Amino acid sequence: MKTFREIKYNLKKEVLGLPTLKIALLGDTATQFLGTAIKGLGVDYGYKIDLFEAEYNQIEMQIEDSASDLYRFDAKYIIIFQSTHKLEERHSLLPIEEQLLLADRRLNFIKKVCDKNRDLKIIYYNYPEINDTVFGSYANKVNSSFTYQTRKLNFELMHLAQELPNLFICDIADLQNKFGRNFMFAPNIYISTEMVLSIDAIPLVSGRTLDIIAAAEGKIEKCLILDLDNTLWGGTIGDDGLEGIQLGHGLGIGKAFTEFQMWIKKLKNRGIIICVCSKNNEDVAKEPFKKHPDMILKMDDIAVFIANWETKVDNVRSIQKILNIGFNSMVFLDDSPFERDIVKKNIPDITVPELPEDPGEYLEYLYSLNLFETMSYSNEDKNRTKQYQEQAGRTVFSKSFTNEADFLNSLGMVSDVSEFTKFNIPRIAQLSQRSNQFNLRTIRYTEADIKLLVRDEKYFGRAFTLKDKFGDNGLICVVILKAIDPETLFIDTWLMSCRVLKRGMENFALNNIVSLARKKGFKKIIGEYIPSLKNEMVENHYISLGFKKIESTNRNLYFLGIDSYAEKKCFIQKNNI
Amino acid sequence: MERAEILEKVNEIFKEVLDNDNIVLNYQVTADDIEEWDSLSHIQLIVAIEKAFKIKFTSREILGWNNVGEMIDSIASK
Repeated sequence: MKTFREIKYNLKKEVLGLPTLKIALLGDTATQFLGTAIKGLGVDYGYKIDLFEAEYNQIEMQIEDSASDLYRFDAKYIIIFQSTHKLEERHSLLPIEEQLLLADRRLNFIKKVCDKNRDLKIIYYNYPEINDTVFGSYANKVNSSFTYQTRKLNFELMHLAQELPNLFICDIADLQNKFGRNFMFAPNIYISTEMVLSIDAIPLVSGRTLDIIAAAEGKIEKCLILDLDNTLWGGTIGDDGLEGIQLGHGLGIGKAFTEFQMWIKKLKNRGIIICVCSKNNEDVAKEPFKKHPDMILKMDDIAVFIANWETKVDNVRSIQKILNIGFNSMVFLDDSPFERDIVKKNIPDITVPELPEDPGEYLEYLYSLNLFETMSYSNEDKNRTKQYQEQAGRTVFSKSFTNEADFLNSLGMVSDVSEFTKFNIPRIAQLSQRSNQFNLRTIRYTEADIKLLVRDEKYFGRAFTLKDKFGDNGLICVVILKAIDPETLFIDTWLMSCRVLKRGMENFALNNIVSLARKKGFKKIIGEYIPSLKNEMVENHYISLGFKKIESTNRNLYFLGIDSYAEKKCFIQKNNI
Repeated sequence: MERAEILEKVNEIFKEVLDNDNIVLNYQVTADDIEEWDSLSHIQLIVAIEKAFKIKFTSREILGWNNVGEMIDSIASK
């Protein structure tokens, strides 16, 4: 964690080429330090922040006046910092019978702010508590007490944020829970500056703020790569054996690892992809996942499991290739400073937390980093691991073959080939709308369009699925053929999901097109490539399948004679439906 | 600690916080004499001095200094 002085120093550096973000900061106390830190730390997050700072205590005025400086500035994000101090002042000045309305009034104001600025994201700081001890602990029983009203406000803010899509709570109350009120607030500085955050708290608060902004800009961590020995369990599985490693509740260090695993399991359930990267023999490394009764994490939780004696740098790179996500969305956790160092040096974009020496401190340390900020959470996130596991299975498996044909053959691929039916038409229309890269003519069809084609005798449709020993990809290829004269079949549409590239699906589909053409008595097939911004990958599709270019036209038309066609080799078994 | 010794230590803190190695303090120096010494960096200086000497200034002290000498007096009195 950088100090305020180090963050401020960022502003002296010449920063070129960073995207600019326009952010407004409104506070009811002095915010110059916070503003300086947000701008300075923004550089570390990869942004040049153009900050609008209102004179303090102008929140209401700036928000309500549509012609205010705030609206002229045209910010993308508005940060609002209404302090617990000022709230307490308001509470003190209210007649006693109105004190119990404090939270509701504030909530109404926040709702109004969000309604008025629906196109902007509002980042609102919640309220670190100040216990005025007017009632002592009895305040919990008194709904007009400041403690009660502050807690109600923090709780109801969560409701409001669930209701309003543009409201995001920046949880600085959590920072105070973790670091303490005496750390967050320095009375002597407050008195001389009207600043309610201590200089030491400023980097944390600006960090939490930028975590939200960076997540909104798409910078999120997606994957957690874990070492095993002394990271997931105590001891070395290779030396200590299944009974010797430290794991499980009860007295002793095992508890630390169990709780650490529980946290990782929750991340997995939230949609973070969990991978293992360990220097071990694979079967030895997997044994605890399969057999140890106190393991919280099971093989099912791990998307990619790599245990071998290669360098961690190579293995992290392999994981990146399998998952096909950026290094900047990956976190690498390892107890060994040596391994951390070598990974960080070779893959600078990856996040490498400096785990404390004591495993008992892993969790509190990781909590303090707030690595997994996000802007969304949906049910789909929960199923992500399975999809990546299947993909990982294929990739790892492919490495055990030197020859592509052997690999493809051993996948045991099966494709259902079917006409267009009421069951598959929705998915066909969806693919037609969404496929950009492997799409020869990029003609978009809706469900209604497809239903019309089905009834038209000139058209023949074929839909292909693909499954293999690792999983089912579902419907991934669509071909629409049109009879343009009694001898000629025109390939109106040929599109494929990029998930199944390099599996021989093109050959398989062409074999099926030709056999259909033969059955219907056609003599030739004509294909066309219409370039789009995104379909360059299929520019030579027909040539590589043995079609001849038709030169007498300025369209990209290709010809294939049926009589001379020799069935193409492929490793996909056909399953007629 | 002697005032001269405190001055020397405070001088180092000023150099570091204000990021200027040419700063030479004496008891009469005020914020007007040093370009980088503004209201923002003043707070940074106070907090840095508090940490270096492991002391806390009172609110009155922070509001009351007219020059470096008075600041040194506060430190010396702790």
